[in-house]
Amino acid sequence: MGVSARAASRHASQCEACHLRIRTSTGFNKIDALRRKAYAAANFMSELLNSLIELIRRTSAEIPGDVHKVILASLENEKQGSLAANALKIVDQNIALAKNKSQPICQDTGSILFYVDVPVGYDQITFAETAREAVTLATKKGYLRQNSVDSLTGKNDGTNVGPGAPAFHFHQHRSAEVSVKLVLKGGGCENVGAQYSLPDDALHANRDLDGCRKAILDAVLQAQGKGCGPGVLGVCIGGDRATGYELSKTQLLRLLDDRNPEPKLDALEQDILKTANELGIGPMGFGGKTTLLGVKICAANRVPASYFVSISYMCWAFRRQGVLLNGVSKIEKWIY
Amino acid sequence: MIKLSFPFSEEKIRALKVGDEVLISGTVFTGRDAVHKYLHEGGALPDGVSFKDGIIYHCGPVMMKQADGSYICTAAGPTTSIREEPYQWQVIRDFGLRGVIGKGGMGAKTQAACKEYGCVYLHGIGGAAQVLAECIKKVNNVYFLEKFGSPEAIWELAVVDFPAVVTIDAHGNSLHEEVLAKSQAALARGFDCR
Repeated sequence: MGVSARAASRHASQCEACHLRIRTSTGFNKIDALRRKAYAAANFMSELLNSLIELIRRTSAEIPGDVHKVILASLENEKQGSLAANALKIVDQNIALAKNKSQPICQDTGSILFYVDVPVGYDQITFAETAREAVTLATKKGYLRQNSVDSLTGKNDGTNVGPGAPAFHFHQHRSAEVSVKLVLKGGGCENVGAQYSLPDDALHANRDLDGCRKAILDAVLQAQGKGCGPGVLGVCIGGDRATGYELSKTQLLRLLDDRNPEPKLDALEQDILKTANELGIGPMGFGGKTTLLGVKICAANRVPASYFVSISYMCWAFRRQGVLLNGVSKIEKWIY
Repeated sequence: MIKLSFPFSEEKIRALKVGDEVLISGTVFTGRDAVHKYLHEGGALPDGVSFKDGIIYHCGPVMMKQADGSYICTAAGPTTSIREEPYQWQVIRDFGLRGVIGKGGMGAKTQAACKEYGCVYLHGIGGAAQVLAECIKKVNNVYFLEKFGSPEAIWELAVVDFPAVVTIDAHGNSLHEEVLAKSQAALARGFDCR
């Protein structure tokens, strides 16, 4: 039995509606219709499966154009022959090599984060099931490292699927379109993410935008060398501890050259980027002019008692891709 | 560029200084979180593995098993080394390591062990998994594959011209310490101005 057929039969065995039809149908026509429906479901899932495997392959092997552009500009800007310039040259060679060989840009293929926008009534359960299958198959093909470990036993079963892995963020919208964005976020950069609770006495950071600035720049200082810089910051001001981090990650879905429509946040983004690049931390923490490639900040409401600044750090190996699905299963357009 | 070949004698290692760019050739063993914790807790290296005058590589590679049972490495950049800071000094002392390849640098304990026992920290380019996998010409062997899983296993690799930068030398110097001090000072000045 093929993978898609297995998935379809699992769907049929779990789908209450199908069961009901099987129990109540007596006529041949009804069985025939049921069979047609099952085939259609199998087709849909096999097409979706292939689309998602291709999305994973490209996300792992190809750096998005907006990120590559900024990396090349940084390389130009560094002093030729410096450790910083030589590091960025290897980075650029690596980007070309990964694309040509269709192999992971970085061996840490990271936490697998799906951001899926779907029409009302879309079957999210089937999507998630198919995506888990796609992740396992993409791992067998070497697009992903065997990267998911049982936190209690320490076992790595090599499938990249388990509790919470991969992660799905579904969002309904009033459009017929299905958009699937994927971020592969390595552990090195995830480990240097930080959450500050203001006021922070040690940083002299109060509950205002200047306090946020101090917290964000402190995170840049602490992350030096460790997160595979030059990196990109996704930041959320406000929210609770969980939504703050979650929203900070969604900022990484923005194009690096976009501008924040909120003037105060736009000014803060530009200021942090400029200031961080004056600290002399440089690529890999070797020293140099390029510490960050971009800064993206959003704000969420908070309760009066809390004031969190949540920072997600993304390494230069910024693996982010997305597709719009046509007929909800076939790739119509690449988003980045 | 300085060519650094196996065996990595104390003399060769002590001649290196912070900021030197090196190309490493010879046998290196991968070892990361699980291996360091295991050795720290008194575990023994498996037969066939020796770190004497050797280099350990903080790396969890992507390995593809071939039909004949051998492996090809398809991605192999360094992982963040600071997680091994509690253990690294001891592994340098007890197993005779001369080099540690990783990324992000290490702390005072490792720095002191490098000076005392004659070892260097070699910073690879984080994320450059393809460029670095190209330098791995052969996967000689694997140890602890079942025990620790593929990324955490000890992989014995034959590398040629693997690029790295000396960021902690055997004389007590650290580029990480230097850049941290400078960037801290720059940030403090920036805040004063506002």
